Amino acid sequence: MKATVTVMLKEGVLDPQGEAVRAALGTLGFEGVESVRQGKVIELDLAATDRAAAEAEVRRMCEELLANTVIESYRVELS
Amino acid sequence: MHAAVVTFPGSNCDRDLREAFRKAGFRVSAVWHKDTALPESVDVVGLPGGFSYGDYLRCGAIAAQSPVVRAVKDFAGRGGHVLGVCNGFQVLTEAGLLPGALMRNAGLRFVCRPAEPLIVENGETAFTRGWGAGAGIALPIAHHDGNYQADAPTLDRLEGEGRVALRYETEAANGSARRIAGVLSENGRVLGMMPHPERAVDAATGSDQGAALFAGLAGALAAA
Repeated sequence: MKATVTVMLKEGVLDPQGEAVRAALGTLGFEGVESVRQGKVIELDLAATDRAAAEAEVRRMCEELLANTVIESYRVELS
Repeated sequence: MHAAVVTFPGSNCDRDLREAFRKAGFRVSAVWHKDTALPESVDVVGLPGGFSYGDYLRCGAIAAQSPVVRAVKDFAGRGGHVLGVCNGFQVLTEAGLLPGALMRNAGLRFVCRPAEPLIVENGETAFTRGWGAGAGIALPIAHHDGNYQADAPTLDRLEGEGRVALRYETEAANGSARRIAGVLSENGRVLGMMPHPERAVDAATGSDQGAALFAGLAGALAAA
């Protein structure tokens, strides 16, 4: 099973890198980009076959290591 | 007095930190990130600056899960003193020993300054007594991820409980909330700070204003 974890800065946490990317897109002539948020995607290949158990396990990984929940939120997708 | 200084893969201020402790009269043990226990009779643990584990995932995140940091957490839990400088501060927040998080500098640039003006907010701790409350000092800063952030209730609590040890004097070059440069644990025995006191312990290399931290700490621990 494959798990895809998306880690983003929480709403309300200033994202200066996203802001710099937004400004650069404007410089390149791309108009109408109102905001950019930058995050990261982590892909995991899991031996697990039980979907619910795998999701619970990956969420624990997020809480303990993959995301810093002080400033980041995460989303888990299994396929 | 016995200090243990941890070296992670990618630490680069560990030697300076050991030397700063030694200069203040400490016996110093070097500890490796894979060690599962601290040496016996350690009075204070130092977590140095650098780029532990290449800053992979987030600064300090991998180091916070290393075997030695588990031992450091136990040590802090028993009331031990821990000093984290720069990357060491990042490790302390990632390990949950201090609240908040250190994010990428708001201006996105690495900031490197030889003498950043700071105000000592709380002079009552073992780490800061050598300077004293209200003291204006200047220490080197050099970091890319020193933008201290926490939610407003946490910041209010830290300020209310005297747990902001150090503040940038005028503005935070890294964008830190409320110009916070150093934070204390609830019992005042864990200090995380972005400025580098260990780089300022000898006038011959520019400044000795950081030496008061190590001397004050030695005095406090000897009296305890």
